[in-house]
Amino acid sequence: MNKSQLIEALARAEGLPLKKAEEVVNTVFGDMEKALIQGDRVEIRGFGSFKVKQYEGYTGRNPKTGEMIKVAPKKLPFFKVGKELKERVDVY
Amino acid sequence: MALTKEKTVNSVYHQVGLSKSQSRTVVETLFEIIKSTLEKGEDLLISGFGKFVVKEKAARRGRNPQTTEDLQLRARRVVVFKTSGVLRNKINGGS
Repeated sequence: MNKSQLIEALARAEGLPLKKAEEVVNTVFGDMEKALIQGDRVEIRGFGSFKVKQYEGYTGRNPKTGEMIKVAPKKLPFFKVGKELKERVDVY
Repeated sequence: MALTKEKTVNSVYHQVGLSKSQSRTVVETLFEIIKSTLEKGEDLLISGFGKFVVKEKAARRGRNPQTTEDLQLRARRVVVFKTSGVLRNKINGGS
C-alpha cells in the first residue's frame, strides 16, 4: 500500500472527502517527521515508537572494488514495533 | 518531548478543521488501517517518510546469553522500518 491508497482507504472508512483525508495523513506523518528532525521521540501506542539513534563513523570497504571508504557518522530513526502490532503481524 | 497520538489529534483538529472528536476518530482509524495492512502481510510505503516492511524470519537456533542455554527460536513475522532517503537527509541536516 502506498500513501495515496492509504488516503483513499481512510476517506472511504471515515466518509471524508479525499482532500480532507489527504490533509489528515499529511498532518500525522508531517508531525512525526518534524519530531524526528528535532531529535524527539515518537510514541504511538499499539503501533510503535521511533527514536533517532546516532551511529559512529567507520572505515568501510567497497565490497566490489575493495576500495577503503570513510563512512561519516549519521543519525537514523529506529522504529520499535508496538506490542499490539507486533502480535497481530506475527501470525505464526 | 515525545510526540504522542494525542498531539497528532490536536494537529489534525487545528490544521484540518475537523471537530475534536472527529479528529480523534480519524487518527485512530488511520492507525487501524495501517496496522491491518501490515497484519495482512502487505508493506506500506509513505513516500518521503519511509517504508514499513513485513519480513518473514525463519526459525533458528538461538542461545540465552545469560544462561548459555541453547534454544530453538520459532519462525516469526516482523515489521521493520526503512527510512526514506529524503527524511534521512533532513535528519542529518541536509536539504
